[in-house]
Amino acid sequence: MSKYMVNLKINNTAIQVEEGTSILDAAKLLNFKIPTLCNHPDLSVAGNCRVCVVEVKGARLLAASCATPVSEGMEVNTNSEKVRIARKHIIELLLSEHNVDCTKCFKNGHCELQELASEYRFGDHIFIDLVKDRDKLRDISSPSISRDASKCIRCQRCVRTCDELQSVSALAVINKGDHQTISTFLNKPLNDVVCTNCGQCINRCPTGALYERNYMEEVWNAIYDPNKFVVVETAPATRVALGEDLGIDTGKRVTGKMVSALRKMGFNKVLDTDFTADLTIMEEGTELLTRLKRAIVDKDETVKLPLMTSCSPGWVKFQEHMYPELIDNLSSCKSPQQMFGALAKTYYADKINIKAENMVVVSIMPCTAKKFECNRSEMRDSGFKDVDYVLTTRELAMMIKQAGIEFDKLEDESYDSILGESTGAAVIFGTTGGVMEAALRTAYEIITGHEVPFTNLNIQPVRGMEGVKEASIKIKNTLPDWNFLEGVELKVAVAHGLANAKQLMEVVKSGKATYHFIEVMGCPGGCIGGGGQPIPTSAEIRKRRAEAIYAEDMGKTIRKSHENPEVVEVYKEYLTNPLGHKSHELLHTHYKVRKRY
Amino acid sequence: MEQKPLKKIDIIFGWDDKCTPIQVVEKTIKKTAENIILDMIDSGLKGRGGAGFPTGLKWKFCRNEDSDIKYVICNADEGEPGTFKDREILDKVPEKIFAGMTICGYVIGAREGYIYIRGEYNFMLKTLQQKIDLFNQQLHDLKVDFRVYLRSGSGAYVCGEESALFESMEGKRGEPRNKPPYPTVAGYNSKPTVINNVETLVYTSEICRMGPEQFKALGTSDSRGSKVFSVSGDTPIAGIYELELGMPLKDFVEEFGDGDSKAIQVGGASGHCVPRKKFNDTIIGFEGIPTGGSMMIFNSSRSMYNVLHDYLEFFTEESCGQCTPCRIGCQQLLKGIEAVKKGERPPTYLDDLKRLTATMKIAAKCGLGQSVANPFTSIVDNFREEIIY
Repeated sequence: MSKYMVNLKINNTAIQVEEGTSILDAAKLLNFKIPTLCNHPDLSVAGNCRVCVVEVKGARLLAASCATPVSEGMEVNTNSEKVRIARKHIIELLLSEHNVDCTKCFKNGHCELQELASEYRFGDHIFIDLVKDRDKLRDISSPSISRDASKCIRCQRCVRTCDELQSVSALAVINKGDHQTISTFLNKPLNDVVCTNCGQCINRCPTGALYERNYMEEVWNAIYDPNKFVVVETAPATRVALGEDLGIDTGKRVTGKMVSALRKMGFNKVLDTDFTADLTIMEEGTELLTRLKRAIVDKDETVKLPLMTSCSPGWVKFQEHMYPELIDNLSSCKSPQQMFGALAKTYYADKINIKAENMVVVSIMPCTAKKFECNRSEMRDSGFKDVDYVLTTRELAMMIKQAGIEFDKLEDESYDSILGESTGAAVIFGTTGGVMEAALRTAYEIITGHEVPFTNLNIQPVRGMEGVKEASIKIKNTLPDWNFLEGVELKVAVAHGLANAKQLMEVVKSGKATYHFIEVMGCPGGCIGGGGQPIPTSAEIRKRRAEAIYAEDMGKTIRKSHENPEVVEVYKEYLTNPLGHKSHELLHTHYKVRKRY
Repeated sequence: MEQKPLKKIDIIFGWDDKCTPIQVVEKTIKKTAENIILDMIDSGLKGRGGAGFPTGLKWKFCRNEDSDIKYVICNADEGEPGTFKDREILDKVPEKIFAGMTICGYVIGAREGYIYIRGEYNFMLKTLQQKIDLFNQQLHDLKVDFRVYLRSGSGAYVCGEESALFESMEGKRGEPRNKPPYPTVAGYNSKPTVINNVETLVYTSEICRMGPEQFKALGTSDSRGSKVFSVSGDTPIAGIYELELGMPLKDFVEEFGDGDSKAIQVGGASGHCVPRKKFNDTIIGFEGIPTGGSMMIFNSSRSMYNVLHDYLEFFTEESCGQCTPCRIGCQQLLKGIEAVKKGERPPTYLDDLKRLTATMKIAAKCGLGQSVANPFTSIVDNFREEIIY
């Protein structure tokens, strides 16, 4: 259907836009900024904060510009006297309901309400302070996400995020009027409900009502402790986003500066989760081939296919709650973070002659669910807590600032060795489709002895931001060991964001799917859009981060996990072979069925 | 201004054995939909829920929408404080409602009609359902492709707001939607929907029974016909009365007051408070003060501070809570008059609050938040000393 064009005037400037465009978006095209709070580019339109009201000539009411489509001949004023008075009232009302505790707030400097308040420079508050029980409204039960209802402005972005993007609905609106609030099921602690800890709500909360449980002090204390040997690992997606919180443009890679900053902060060794991402490919790729062999050659009907990735702890917990019947389809591989921790406190500790009990493993993650994951009781295979503390990209940026490091002036530095080497295949773990692409690069070559038949190894069908992607590769000219796969069309699917994952799981559950391998990342865009990444987020921002990831991949000399020399070395020296005895002990795990209520 | 003396009417609750509601349906659907719409427009009937949208136009808009599925909804979520007339209609002459819905369905092209009844009226669900079943059987016998269904609310005032009502019917939280789109374009299940008040639907079937002439002979040019009033408060004869529209409030007070009336709250908690000095020049109708039917009479023993305080408590609790001006605005108004009363804020704070209500009136998402200004300003302006001292 072709779009009609509509003519209107905004602040006396004529403009023509497509029918259906909101006044807000039309105003943006003319560079008139209308403030918003409940509006978010990733979410449906709510129109409930009313900060974006504008005056439409001839209308009795002001119009919420985010929710009002343009119409022919409309004359809009975005800054009339009525609008300004209403907007000031609305901001002041919100402040009267908000625990204005800015200097102590985790979101200080990143709060959209604070920004609006500072634009309008209110003197005294007109209205009466309505915040009750300001200290009783905190929920710090979750190791990942903290809530402070006294800061909540009821914009419902978190509710829409949890429902629309993640189809989890751990947060919902309850009650009405002055008792209306955002709540978990039966107002239980966040840690006791279906929350997957993905942190997408944090990324979209305009205030400090939702924030990560932070472990900055614990990490500083470990660094200062002379008896501790503090090892840090960095996830693939942090290096393409950290700069955003430190004054560097979106989409700029800061790998070398990040390494340098971590060293200056006092970490004893700066290592890379990418190393264990490569290792994951070895283990998970072998697991896939083993399951295929059991299914095709042994005709074993108990084998669970499709195999599903398990790197994303938000996705894993989602599966444990929502699809317990598919729990055995999850790869038994731990996530790269946890593989790293388990190896660091065993193999690596031995190598560098440090006692595991004196080693502290800190990971820098784009993720809040990783904080939960490192606390899972299964994650102690080294005999200790494999990963001690997880910091988000945002926490790391804060610590860099606290340390007085001028980030943009840092020289690039390289990771320490060993456990610091990685390939392009590992880097792309950070974006949706990346694990799949990395796995295919390796698996195809193991099976056939040839590289995957895609230009520059870039498997385009699994790339991009479509919610659910499908691809297939016909396997030809297999090596003798893999003859049973000759002519097989390997079918894969990729989903990112749990709402898309749910859609895919419903297909799998219905039995109509013929996939062999499925990659799911809990967050929109994969880890680059993770719940621990710099705020704000949008499709455009995630796209730029993804481009940076692929650029990092292209810049690597080695781009296939099985060619990572340190990975080859660790098998030779310690693990022997993928899915071997040691691997099982340290690198694999199991899952538990969790209730939904 | 055109006005009519107070006159009691007997249309709504009257019963014509020669032309029962099902017979009205039988007779009316022999006409074309266009002619029925013309009759409705000609009658001058405006919505009786309070907003007063011309019924014929609403039906016409919905008829013009292109959709296989459309709905007729009877808004029986009678939640406005001081209103209890729909309850009586539902109890005494529900067949007239069903007839109005069926005719509307015929006009707009809907096959399903729903009565959304407030949760507090659940005691009548059983008998109402029996009457619906009987009526549906009669429709079946007449080969009319339309059925009436019953849905129960859960007691939220805001669900009387039409788009919140749809949300509630769809099984969601009762929260008003953004408009546009309006119900005639996208209502229940996002399909074109006519939603009319109980009383409006009865008048539509009565207009079909007796013709538009008889209806429009009543009332004034802006307010045609009669209306059912719920009279309560300081009156010796509280109850339900059908009166011709366009009467001066003075007549009303003389008829229903106790001789000591100091104020009438016209239109319920969300309506306007008219003080004694304005009884003479206030007309009850769309040209004066419109009302969904609630008329609360206060005599001089009443504290208007308490009256306003009660209303504000009501709105503070019954706001759905989604939009800022309503959720927080109501709380501020309530706390604000308390603070003025206690001397914690100066009397001039009432003017700050009035400015806030002006914002609420134009910036709140739905009629609930927009109308809180009505009782607030009319009580504060007319009884300021009672609020302060």
